Amino acid sequence: MTTHTLSVLVENKPGVLARIAGLFSRRGFNIDSLAVGPTEHEDISRMTIVVNVESNSLEQVTKQLNKLVEVIKIVELDQSSSISKELLLVKVRADVENRGQVLDAAQIFKAKVVDVAVDALTIQVTGNSDKLADFLKVMEPFGIRELVQSGVVAIGRGSRSITERSLRPVAVPAPPPAAG
Amino acid sequence: MSEQDAAGQVTGAQSLINALEAAGVEDIFGIPGGAILPAYDPLYDSKIRHILVRHEQAAGHAAQGYAAASGKVGVCMATSGPGATNLVTPLADAHMDSVPMVAITGQVGASMIGTDAFQEADIRGITMPITKHNFLVTDPADIPRRVAEAFHIASTGRPGPVLVDVAKSALQSMTTFSWPTELHLPGYRPVTRPHSKQIREAAKLILESRKPVLYVGGGVIRSRASRELLALAEFTGMPVVTTLMARGAFPDSHPQHLGMPGMHGTVAAVAGMQKSDLIISLGARFDDRVTGLLESFAPGARVIHADIDPAEIGKNRAVDVPIVGDCREVLADLLTVLKTEADQGHQGDYEGWVEFLVGVKAKYPLGYEAAADGLAPQYVLERLGAIAGPESIYCAGVGQHQMWATHFVKYERPNTWINSGGLGTMGFSVPAAMGAKVAMPDHTVWSIDGDGCFQMTNQELVTCAINNIPIKVAIINNESLGMVRQWQTLFYNSRYSNTDLHSKRIPDFVKLADAMGCVGLACESPAEVDATIEKAMEINDAPVVIDFRVNRDAMVWPMVAAGTSNDDIQYARDLAPDFDDVEL
Repeated sequence: MTTHTLSVLVENKPGVLARIAGLFSRRGFNIDSLAVGPTEHEDISRMTIVVNVESNSLEQVTKQLNKLVEVIKIVELDQSSSISKELLLVKVRADVENRGQVLDAAQIFKAKVVDVAVDALTIQVTGNSDKLADFLKVMEPFGIRELVQSGVVAIGRGSRSITERSLRPVAVPAPPPAAG
Repeated sequence: MSEQDAAGQVTGAQSLINALEAAGVEDIFGIPGGAILPAYDPLYDSKIRHILVRHEQAAGHAAQGYAAASGKVGVCMATSGPGATNLVTPLADAHMDSVPMVAITGQVGASMIGTDAFQEADIRGITMPITKHNFLVTDPADIPRRVAEAFHIASTGRPGPVLVDVAKSALQSMTTFSWPTELHLPGYRPVTRPHSKQIREAAKLILESRKPVLYVGGGVIRSRASRELLALAEFTGMPVVTTLMARGAFPDSHPQHLGMPGMHGTVAAVAGMQKSDLIISLGARFDDRVTGLLESFAPGARVIHADIDPAEIGKNRAVDVPIVGDCREVLADLLTVLKTEADQGHQGDYEGWVEFLVGVKAKYPLGYEAAADGLAPQYVLERLGAIAGPESIYCAGVGQHQMWATHFVKYERPNTWINSGGLGTMGFSVPAAMGAKVAMPDHTVWSIDGDGCFQMTNQELVTCAINNIPIKVAIINNESLGMVRQWQTLFYNSRYSNTDLHSKRIPDFVKLADAMGCVGLACESPAEVDATIEKAMEINDAPVVIDFRVNRDAMVWPMVAAGTSNDDIQYARDLAPDFDDVEL
């Protein structure tokens, strides 16, 4: 089993997320992470789906996704030629005594303090999942009160866009009106 | 035709009916109810024939039978909630068997959606995994476009069911009707034209092969490729097997035809797959009922897999040459390339292989043991096929009678064998036969049903009687859930838990037929079989039901037990065919 990151362009219509999530559960494919958001084109949404499958199942995942009428395009992003990021917000116990230590640790990870309370700091950190895991390991001794993490979003390196060619909708003739 | 005010405004309901007319719909099977009621008012004035069925499930199966017999898109209509959920089984069935079908359902008013309103069910959510696509329409302006898209999606690529759920508020609002000239479906681009490089690769394997077999699936029927299949088979001399979904795609009388492969396949067809060195799969999907234990299926075979649905290729069995395309074009292109090769002196040599298979076919023909007394079900189907002939259309339910019907009625033409293959829906036969008869009124349509299946959907005989749809029903009455009983005999020490239906006692099928406005006949001895079938063939002004009271212990053979290897096929109980010594 290996992890694959898929960028899926879909029509921005209600129910698309349910359709895709349903397909994964019905066919027994595991989703590690899923993130949905708008693109530069208002009719198209982009999903970044991280799946954990064998390579022949990956082919099935891709083919089954492609069968969905509202799925426009699927691209697998490999690690070397793409950038992927997650966002973590974590509320760490920090009082007058240890606040300095927490801030120092956050500094190392280029993390940002986004909220301060008397006995806690809320810290935002972005990066790949390894970095986030390392960050949490360092924060753990201080006491983690709450955390929330986004799905992975990923984009290919270089100047090419995966949406470019997909924006052109394909027009097909409608069924001809019945004679008579 | 349409009620239209001066400003060109029509109701959403009128727009829906106009759209269905524009899509070429001639017949709809359905039942009205609260949410869909607005659509039934303009339907009253439409040239579309609406057949009022007795249960929505039957509307769905009738649409399937209609589509399978004619190749046209079958249409059914139901109201929200229970009306829509009753369509779930036929939608799932059509999805499995790639039947082009459009279901129109009413939905509660847009403002009520999500409130658990009366007769509300999220039918779009429910049917997402069992339709090719589905829509919820809340804006009346969207109605024509969604209907056009539904018909396009249902009938192109790999055909399938599409559901259009229309909110009652959209049906009641005013809108304008305009039939789209173009559809914008950026994510839907089925590939029908096979890649020429793949065709050449396939031709190369065919020429290298010594033991090829054409593995023909339902895709050949759906793509209307029977003629192209016959041409390729006869040009190359390759043997042919036709799956349960493809019966009729290649004539049963043809010497190259080995019959049906799989769990209840003929010995020749199973051997023809198992021992082949090249399987040319055409619109088939290596279903578990065909392959048996997958790891031991056709171990020496390379595979050419042609299908219009790329997701089927390599799903179950690894593939050497994948071809995405419509079967008819694949077959035509293959023939062209192979003819060119033949002109250059390259032809396959399959002589020893064909000879071996002819031997197997002769040694292990389809057969059955007629019991000393009583009526053998196989005999009934053999005679039914002989008397009703290959021009008739046969619709089966699911179980033993289905297997006997696929084997003992002989099929010569496509679209004359209609059954529920993938989903295995008991009760499919009577409503499917009704739909087939509506689509093909000039053909005799036989429903071949079991006594268990018949009791699930026989209420549609009322619909048939009232609407002048004179189908004929042969109930193969062994007073049990026969296939389940057969498994109990073989695998559960003959402990017949809940498979005894007592249907030779209750109900009285002849009286039941009579009560539903049909002619009821009964037959319990071989001597009466021909006369009874002939009598039924003569009645064309009413549906006919024959209660064939057959031996209950007859079993379906050959058989490969579920989850075992096709090598372990049994020709009859505890009797394995012997061809292991053959070296090819």
